Amino acid sequence: MSSLVYLIPLALLLGGAALGAFLWSLKSGQYDDMQGAAERILLDDE
Amino acid sequence: MSCCAPGAEAAAELGGPPSRDEILLASHDLADGLRQTDLSVPGVHCAGCIAAIEGAFRRVPGVEQARVNLSARRLSVKWRGEMPPPIFETVMTTGYAAHLFDNEDAAVDPELSRLLRATAVAGFASMNIMLLSVSIWSGAEPQTRQAFHWISAVLAFPALIYSGRVFFAAAWSALRQGRTSMEVPISVGVILAFALSLYDTAAGGAYAYFDAAVSLLFFLLIGRSLDHVMREKARSAVRSLIRLTPRGATVEREDGTREYLPAGQIKEGMLLAVAPGERLLVDGIVHGGRSDVDCSLVSGESAAQSVGPGSSLRAGTLNLNGALTLTATSDAGNSSLAEMVALMEAADGGRSRYRRIADRAARLYSPVVHLTALFTFLGWMLATGDWHGAISVAIAVLIITCPCALGLAVPIVHTVAARRLFEAGIMVKDGSALERLAEIDTVLFDKTGTLTTGRLSLANASQIEPSALAIAGAIAARSNHPVSRALAAFDDGLQMMPVAIAEHPGLGVECRIGRHLYRLGRAEWAVSGATAATMLSRDGHPLASFIFEDSLRQDAARSIEALKRDGFAVAIMSGDQERTVLRVGGQLGIGEVSARLLPAEKVARIAALAATGRKVMMVGDGLNDAPALSAAHVSMAPSSAGDIGRNAADLVFLRPSLLAIPDAIDIARQAARLVHQNFVLAIGYNAIAIPFAIAGQVTPLLAALAMSASSILVVANALRLRGIAGRDVASGWVADQMPKPLPPVVGRA
Repeated sequence: MSSLVYLIPLALLLGGAALGAFLWSLKSGQYDDMQGAAERILLDDE
Repeated sequence: MSCCAPGAEAAAELGGPPSRDEILLASHDLADGLRQTDLSVPGVHCAGCIAAIEGAFRRVPGVEQARVNLSARRLSVKWRGEMPPPIFETVMTTGYAAHLFDNEDAAVDPELSRLLRATAVAGFASMNIMLLSVSIWSGAEPQTRQAFHWISAVLAFPALIYSGRVFFAAAWSALRQGRTSMEVPISVGVILAFALSLYDTAAGGAYAYFDAAVSLLFFLLIGRSLDHVMREKARSAVRSLIRLTPRGATVEREDGTREYLPAGQIKEGMLLAVAPGERLLVDGIVHGGRSDVDCSLVSGESAAQSVGPGSSLRAGTLNLNGALTLTATSDAGNSSLAEMVALMEAADGGRSRYRRIADRAARLYSPVVHLTALFTFLGWMLATGDWHGAISVAIAVLIITCPCALGLAVPIVHTVAARRLFEAGIMVKDGSALERLAEIDTVLFDKTGTLTTGRLSLANASQIEPSALAIAGAIAARSNHPVSRALAAFDDGLQMMPVAIAEHPGLGVECRIGRHLYRLGRAEWAVSGATAATMLSRDGHPLASFIFEDSLRQDAARSIEALKRDGFAVAIMSGDQERTVLRVGGQLGIGEVSARLLPAEKVARIAALAATGRKVMMVGDGLNDAPALSAAHVSMAPSSAGDIGRNAADLVFLRPSLLAIPDAIDIARQAARLVHQNFVLAIGYNAIAIPFAIAGQVTPLLAALAMSASSILVVANALRLRGIAGRDVASGWVADQMPKPLPPVVGRA
């Protein structure tokens, strides 16, 4: 029981962080061009 | 260019790039003088394409940034300055065709991100609550269980408010109009389940339904998002194709100055200057100049007409080779184009009356669910007198009976089907079009641009001396006339250097090569006294005569044959001359043809067929087909169709082959079969689960298991659509996906 006291908040925190990351990536337009993102990795920076 | 040499046909179809004025008008202001122009570039498809286009813009002065969006086949260019940099010219140097894009279309879709956020929140909450529930199911101590229930409640509450809103709002608006929809039992079930679980948790009870309530929302939101993504994707892809109505026109004022005005400011009586290659924005009467015009999009007529002062022209006509001035006889708002739109709206009957399968199911289903839950509650109330127990059982019934399976059954199949159609080069606007497509029994075709390519090709090439053909090709490459474009394919390169080229609208092209004067054009002009249609002459002596025909679209005969073999009634409805329509009908083995039909007559034909119980599919491309496209049960247009035609059609096919039609019908029918299977699965699951629920035997564990299992079953069944092989008729399907040889590059004047 005592381990749960910190394990559960930790689990929720990690889950919440993942949710936050997803919402952030959605907002910053990272899903706008899925195909392009996959292809751009092949391009050299100039 | 490597693999990505794009098709030149789209670029050749338009006269040339839009003017700088038009680009400026279509761009939008970002901030501090920075402007953005959006183009659609249908030809991009790999990293090489991105690098080529973005690289070309790096050297253009005035351009801040150019970025290709590969998924949307779109290019956005940010630039500074009074006038736009040479955007189109830059794209063209890379070999891609580009089309201007409406700025209002470029906005991001707020509804989709709202749905995705709601899905993400529901997903997060349901996963964490499930995690806690598993330990409760595996026998947690009462104390731990109590704590876990409270944590679940804290997680479920915000998720319910945030993600549930989508359903609550829809359910509320349905109830207010006195209807009931799928959202009503979902909302009632979820809210009641949450409220009772909260009460039980406070009272220290053993069972809570937080997990069921939230995961129900999660599964249903997945279905919603899929449905939405599919619709948006098709819409934006259709939009990004060629745009045929101009945004404005050049007005010539009394003092001789010219100004480019947006469509809304063009008024009746204005004098407009129409350059070669421009499309008319409004109806008008030619005031000065001579030219040949292409009316194929307006009337369905395939041959070009020559016009001079006094000729009346309709909006949408393409001016081919001479500069014209035109007195506008209408505004943009009441031109024949606008009338067509009004006719379309009036004709749009069959579609708005159609109810989607899911809606029909919901209408039957939700009263049953409500009544079952109500009677269960009353039954237990009478039997035991324990209101708490009775409500628990009734909620279990609600949750079990509005399974995610029903919410997912249709959208998941349609998403997979749309994906398969996309791979076959067909865009579908929404799921309802797929359902309607599966029902049809009659296919009506327009001729010009649908059964035929709408472009002329040389019919007697083998009978003409190659040297004469090469000369004709070299001359034709400098002209914009449809006949010239067919001949330009025979231009063999740089050997011939025509000089002093003069295009005489209505007659032909004249030029000098070496010491000789050549004329290519109308026979009596090139060679006095000749009668054949088009001739090439040297110093007045005939060299060759050419016969042209509007060639059939690729695989037209095979497609018609496939449709007939599958028992569809096939007919042609065209606005063109009777002779040409009959000839095409004869070539394709279509007995039922009608020619010289006006748009309203086409609609009347469809209405008459519909009145006899036929489900009609209309395939057409012209403006004159648009009302018929919206009147039909379901409609399809090639991507070369005008804006209005594409908007009116439910499906748009992007490849030249007409096999898209039997393929689309095939996929739609398979999808309809799978939707029915999915309904049978979902309802069969209910038939098994409801007795347990009514008997009060469903624990939260059982509810969660049943719900997930049925959803997975439905999704797995839908994915089978990917695996079902195309029929043998569609063996051309594989060939369709192979890289195609490039169409002959067509020169422009």
